Amino acid sequence: MKSNLTKSISLLAVIAGLSACVTINIYFPAAAAEKAADKIIDDVWQLKDDAQTTKPADAPATK
Amino acid sequence: MQKLMNIFIVVMALFLSSSLANAVPDLEVNTPAISAIKNSMQARHNQLAPHYASGAIGLTKDGLIAVRDTTAVPLKDRQGINALVAAENADRNALYKEIAAGNGHPEWRGDIQGTFAGRWIDKAQSGWYYQSDSGWQKK
Repeated sequence: MKSNLTKSISLLAVIAGLSACVTINIYFPAAAAEKAADKIIDDVWQLKDDAQTTKPADAPATK
Repeated sequence: MQKLMNIFIVVMALFLSSSLANAVPDLEVNTPAISAIKNSMQARHNQLAPHYASGAIGLTKDGLIAVRDTTAVPLKDRQGINALVAAENADRNALYKEIAAGNGHPEWRGDIQGTFAGRWIDKAQSGWYYQSDSGWQKK
């Protein structure tokens, strides 16, 4: 009984160690990074909405 | 022994599902730090845009900007350009660092910077200058 417990604990330790390695070496998500970059660049350079939204402050509202 | 196998299977299932969840992450870009940098860059862009268009400033291949040719810029404005470029590059470096840190992977910083470098150039307006391996190119 006791040795069973020891065995399972050491097994858990090995698995935890392995998963830690995998987590550290996780690959760089290039596609997600491109998407994030596009979003930020569109915001900074205002590429998405600078065509018509030039502050319609004094334009009369359509009735 | 049976019990041990059960534990093993449960642990492996947990581990696999967590690594699958990690496999397709969307990068988090809405942290307060990132938004603050973005706003600062957005506000500066109005001042930078004419210099991109005139070719005084170009996009570098490492995701930053650089003074390229100030002959078209009046002498009194040249100091201002250097300050603008320095401020923009500080923001850009901070942005790349914050995106990496905000996603729990500070070591991704260089990859993120490389990704941005390509995207800035792709999205640049025609007539703007960017740096390639063979030097400055006009888009």
